[in-house]
Amino acid sequence: MHLEVADAPSPGPMVPHMYRVLSRRQDLADTVTLALAPVDSQIATPTIGQFNMLWAFGIGEAPISLAGIDEHVVTHTIRGVGAVTNALCGASEGDQIGVRGPYGTGWDLGGATGRDVLVVAGGLGLAPVRPIVARLFARRSEYGRAALLIGARDPESLLYRDELEAWRSRLDIEVEVTVDSAQPSWRGDVGVVTKLIPRAPVDSANTRAFVCGPEVMMRFCAQALVDRGVPPAEVFVSLERNMHCAVGHCGHCQLGSSFVCKDGPVLSWVEAEPLLRIRER
Amino acid sequence: MKSIGDLLSEQPFFAGLPGPMLELIAGCGVNVHFDEDERVIAENAPADLFFVLRTGKVAIEVDTPRQGPQTIETIGSGQLLGVSWLVPPYRWTFGARAIDSTSAIAIDAACLRGKCDDDSELGYEMLKRFAVLVRDRLQSTRLQLLDMYGTDAS
Amino acid sequence: MTFVVGADCLDEMIASLRSNGRTVIGPVVRDSVITHDQIESADEFPVGWTEDQDGGRYRLVPTSTDERFAFSSPSTSWKRFLFPERTLLIRARRSNGTVAVVEPEPEAPSVAFFGIRSCDLAALGILDRVFLDPDATDPTYSARRPDVFIVAVGCNRPGNTCFCVSMNTGPTPTSGYDLAIRELHGEGEIEYLVDIGSERGADLLGELASRQATDRDLTRSQEAHATAVASMGRELPQDYVPLAALDPDHPRWDDVAERCLACGNCTMACPTCFCSTTEESTDLSGVEAERWRVWDSCFSLDFTHLHGGSVRTSTKSRYRQWLLHKLVTWQDQFDTSGCVGCGRCITWCPVGIDLTAEIAALAVPAATMELGGGDV
Repeated sequence: MHLEVADAPSPGPMVPHMYRVLSRRQDLADTVTLALAPVDSQIATPTIGQFNMLWAFGIGEAPISLAGIDEHVVTHTIRGVGAVTNALCGASEGDQIGVRGPYGTGWDLGGATGRDVLVVAGGLGLAPVRPIVARLFARRSEYGRAALLIGARDPESLLYRDELEAWRSRLDIEVEVTVDSAQPSWRGDVGVVTKLIPRAPVDSANTRAFVCGPEVMMRFCAQALVDRGVPPAEVFVSLERNMHCAVGHCGHCQLGSSFVCKDGPVLSWVEAEPLLRIRER
Repeated sequence: MKSIGDLLSEQPFFAGLPGPMLELIAGCGVNVHFDEDERVIAENAPADLFFVLRTGKVAIEVDTPRQGPQTIETIGSGQLLGVSWLVPPYRWTFGARAIDSTSAIAIDAACLRGKCDDDSELGYEMLKRFAVLVRDRLQSTRLQLLDMYGTDAS
Repeated sequence: MTFVVGADCLDEMIASLRSNGRTVIGPVVRDSVITHDQIESADEFPVGWTEDQDGGRYRLVPTSTDERFAFSSPSTSWKRFLFPERTLLIRARRSNGTVAVVEPEPEAPSVAFFGIRSCDLAALGILDRVFLDPDATDPTYSARRPDVFIVAVGCNRPGNTCFCVSMNTGPTPTSGYDLAIRELHGEGEIEYLVDIGSERGADLLGELASRQATDRDLTRSQEAHATAVASMGRELPQDYVPLAALDPDHPRWDDVAERCLACGNCTMACPTCFCSTTEESTDLSGVEAERWRVWDSCFSLDFTHLHGGSVRTSTKSRYRQWLLHKLVTWQDQFDTSGCVGCGRCITWCPVGIDLTAEIAALAVPAATMELGGGDV
């Protein structure tokens, strides 16, 4: 009996790199943006759309999408919804946080060269698409028309407000923001983000769309995109599932045949739609 | 200077309607304009007119105690304001206010209802389109109700 | 080249393996079941025992012979020796805001699996594809697996819940072993047919008194194999059931959900289930932390927990996940079925759910059922 076994990598896949909090910004009551820099060893350069497992010492890890990539500095926007994320949100400048990654499939913006780009983000989903916007601006001439549609619960829940204003003032991208509810002082749109889709100024047949937000929002947005003529293979969503290992061993993130940690989290609507169609899949 | 019929024919809501039918509807319509913050319709007032928005933005509002008018939804160019004109007792259940300078075609409700009663084909075409509008608004409203960005949403 | 050795050679094999520093693990009777544990001699095998297995039923039954391997599928599989129930992943220390992480050197005791069935051996091959993937190699599994010395045993008496023939994993091992033996009994002294699978297997055999197998020996072995093939307790038809086309909304799922307790016994007993979770804890001062990997089951409600709730809350969805993963999506993920036909999930299910029966029912399209369709 002769078994070929590659040497296990050292350190193994479950060992985090320690990063230091460079800066901390309180975005909302329960949402914090952290910029992290490596203490010593570091992860490989992530691609947009990937995620890291962030480690709160003694508590555990959580999968968090990259909201920004700047050489060795990684930025994550985290909402506190459990023990791990609450601990991460409580981190201060200088604190050490473990980082494992980068993991998963990313947003394929490169495949949209020469075509229109439509980004639809809902709530915290604006964080994982922020790197798409940054990459788009960095290489603007490579793409056709660009539109960013943003939905949020209310005006107070909008993320990256300063950046939003800067994006809106640009002439080379159409930014539309809508909220589910607002006070009369809000002069913007009120209504679900799906409503912005039919009139987005892109050529449907020649558009690649990236959608990110709560699963129910992504389902309806993807359908609205397909309804207006964007090919389903050109609509991309980013899914979320329970994860422990992020390398396809713990089994928790399975959705059909896919491990969301490595076959996702970004999937085209062609792959995602049949998986999400079955309740409790 | 475009006729009302020309303006209506540019609107996606009326796409597919034959020319004579469009002229029938246009016969009930006039051009209107609202300044920023001008009231378009008042809650509980008789639903005498409905509006096809050409440019601008309108907030559909409901009056709440202590907090004043709450915006439920905003609509813009190419969208219709007003469904209650079709349903007795023909009174507005919500109010609406122009958020931006808004131009629209106002259509006399009684006039159009009369023509639909006389011409059932016209009536059917209008109801088909309003069914889609109501379905879309209902779907959007339901998604809003889900509060899908809330902390408990997954 | 096939050889035959006498019964006392088993002891000699064990002794030789132990003298080389190996811990020999083999089947033993413990607490009224056959399980796997360290052994020091061939006397510890379940001599004269067979099993009576059925849905939710396991009994040891004495045979009137000296057969050491008259049983089939013991209560446990071999996976816990390569994929332990609890494994320390990292140990860390935080002082003055600085965290130092230590990855413990994987414990890799030198072992021999003595008496592993063909189905369980196939299960190791399946787990190899999970844990030895070059893109994601598990340190513990990869440290232990290559060194394991394997003495496999062909089945003479398949159990009532066995269906390895359906899954093409037995009853006789054909590869992946250092030595494979078959117990030849019923004609005088018990002897063992030995097939060599590796150089180190040949070396071990070379230390023993053996003779070449005669035509009679080979015939007896082939007859034993044929008898075993013909006496499988269950069947999972693969050819007419397009498993990939199983309807996720079939009413049978509701039916099995009413019986299933979501206890997870099947996943614990299964030789290929590999799901795990992580548990992290600190000491009282909060200075030292450890993260452990612990066996988990897709049947647990928390398995798919996301903020706000779990994705698979109903028992139906969790049973469906387990069964479709084992038989369908595993194929997409790893290019093999996840099931080896050992039957443990049937035996150890407290309510006796039989996945072969469930598949047979699921294979009947629901529409046919509603119309009162004829016999299938």
